Amino acid sequence: MSSLDPGISTSLDQLTQRGKPRRRLWRDLSEILVKTALVLCTSFTLIITALIIGILAFETGRFFAEVSISEFLFTTQWSPMLGETKSFGIWPLVAGTLLVTLVAAIFALPIGLVTAIFLSEYAPSRVRAVLKPVLEILAGIPTVVYGFFAVIIIAPSLQATSEFLTGDRLFGTYSAGAAGIAVGIMILPIVISLSEDALRAVPRGLRDGAYALGSTRFDTSVRVVVPGALGGIMASYLLAITRAIGETMIVALAAGGLAHLTILPWDQVQTMTAYMVQIFLGDAPATGVEYKSSFAVAGVLFLMTLCMTIAGYRILARFREEYE
Amino acid sequence: MSAADHRLLQDVLGRGTARRQDRRRLFDRGFLLVCLCITTIAVLALAVLLVSVLVEGIPGLSWDFIDRYTSRDASKAGIKAPLWGSVWVAGICAVVALPIGVATAVYLEEFAPKNRVTGFVRLNITNLAGVPSIVYGILGLTLFVRMFGLFGPALDPSMEVGGRIYAIYYDVTGEAIRVPAAARGEAPTLADGTIGYVEEIEDGPDGELIFTDRWTPVTLSVVPEDADDPATVGAIDAYSAAEPADFEVVRPWYYLQFPFGQSVLAGGLTLMLVVLPIVIISSQEALRAIPNSLRAGSLAMGATRWQTTYRVTLPAAIPMIMTGAILAMSRAIGEAAPILVLGVALFITDVPSNLMDNFTVLPMQIYNWTNRWQEDFRELAASGIIVLLGALLAFNAIAVLIRQKLQRPLQ
Repeated sequence: MSSLDPGISTSLDQLTQRGKPRRRLWRDLSEILVKTALVLCTSFTLIITALIIGILAFETGRFFAEVSISEFLFTTQWSPMLGETKSFGIWPLVAGTLLVTLVAAIFALPIGLVTAIFLSEYAPSRVRAVLKPVLEILAGIPTVVYGFFAVIIIAPSLQATSEFLTGDRLFGTYSAGAAGIAVGIMILPIVISLSEDALRAVPRGLRDGAYALGSTRFDTSVRVVVPGALGGIMASYLLAITRAIGETMIVALAAGGLAHLTILPWDQVQTMTAYMVQIFLGDAPATGVEYKSSFAVAGVLFLMTLCMTIAGYRILARFREEYE
Repeated sequence: MSAADHRLLQDVLGRGTARRQDRRRLFDRGFLLVCLCITTIAVLALAVLLVSVLVEGIPGLSWDFIDRYTSRDASKAGIKAPLWGSVWVAGICAVVALPIGVATAVYLEEFAPKNRVTGFVRLNITNLAGVPSIVYGILGLTLFVRMFGLFGPALDPSMEVGGRIYAIYYDVTGEAIRVPAAARGEAPTLADGTIGYVEEIEDGPDGELIFTDRWTPVTLSVVPEDADDPATVGAIDAYSAAEPADFEVVRPWYYLQFPFGQSVLAGGLTLMLVVLPIVIISSQEALRAIPNSLRAGSLAMGATRWQTTYRVTLPAAIPMIMTGAILAMSRAIGEAAPILVLGVALFITDVPSNLMDNFTVLPMQIYNWTNRWQEDFRELAASGIIVLLGALLAFNAIAVLIRQKLQRPLQ
């Protein structure tokens, strides 16, 4: 220490705080206080999860006191508003949700993957510089705007197209198809950015090897890079589908309000989220059984998305391990 | 080597006939074309969306539209209440979500040991990020709007903090007079010389009366029952002095009631739940991007963990944390589903002035207008969307500016 410049020596003393027990005490105390505060903040996230599960379980329990679980799970009629003949079979709502999600997936997953391949393997940096902000804008648009888009543009164009192709106006004002396409546009940025991350994570060496063997870019992308990134792509699909299942405002605006079992995209359907909107917007008294049913529906929705999120991140974690 | 492997090797090596090589080139070109087409679709989708909104919404856009309350008459409707509601809700959400979110990220990245418990916490946060926002609405409804029913119904709260309570009397001229009271339902004892307050009334430009929110003190005089009424302001009949006509709670901005009811505070806190996982995850990524050598340097100088975090890691990570925070807040401004579940009134004609005021937000108003049949309201919705997107854009621009100010190169 003696060889050091005296100024540096004092500042070093200050930093290490040698020989000042009072300051050291204060320092250790504040360290403990800060750490406690941080732990409290962190445990808040656990409290949120516990509260969600607790509230949904409690309210669902109250609902099942009035409607049997077997009716909820094993009947296929959902008509909570029909006075004396109410029935609570969840399947029409699940089917509606899945139909909208299916349309969205058919629209967004292939387009998303191809765009991701294009961005990661083909696109020159100038094209990327244009496309990336476009995707960010798409990702930042509130979903209610997509709902407006579905009602104003997508539904009328589907009507016109079906009339032109078959001579019959298959699609109504509200349809699973119109909502599904809007949901598809909404999840497109998620698919693209997550898939692109997965494709970029594939080591360069694999690509170089394929090129060295005389592959074209297409061969490299489709036979080497995509199989290599399959885990990440699957995870991106799962996470995007989770978002589609939980999407509310688009389906509340564009999918209609009729809960029935159908696989026809031009029918109107009611999804689980749209049913909850109908209830909470005040169609039902807060003490009625139909009001309580919305909590049971929320429970089903929560379980579905929870399973898919866990599966998605499991796959993603394994995929990351592969290359790290 | 199996036959299939052999074929694959031949494929990859491209040893086939010249024709096959041509075909592979064709695939390559064809795929590029497909890529370009599909990418164009994505860009076109955005373009169509924006153009359709602009075409429908631009004609209805004016300062009046922004500065008017909603109305059942489409030509007179404006967006003032939801615009300010969004500002309040976003402000509350940011004030609560950002500190908690960043603190959680700091703990997980800088302090927490890597063990089962913290592993579970991390998994839990990624799961929370995947929970649909409408489910958070249900949580907000039970936790904030109703508080599990512990304090009674929201319209008749059993606990109030920070409000000033006044008893309302009418004096002999019919003027309403406020007199400070100790509690709701507890009439103050009036005596000659007690101070009350009357609201100032101004003459409007068209001759109508404008009730201001300024109150001026007057001295009261209690008039015995059999006396002649001196018709002056502040003279109260003795028989009405014991029984105030009503009670009124004047709410400063910090006034609280329990449960919160459908108030801006409940809305902001519910949105906080929605964006908290996003803030945490993006802040974690920001902290993870800081090179370990910086931390090691600080620790080697004898700094504690918290000193290292506060003086070295956090300042370096702030620009990236800000970016994540901007994205999270944009999400909060655009969310309608959780607010909708809270059961907020659809027809609000006032700007929130305290934490317990009713409110609505831009996306709710847009939903409400889009959901109507009349073409006029659809156009209003489009104008509302332009305001919403404009607000988001302005918000992002401001945040980017702040970020650039804060950004200093790592040395």
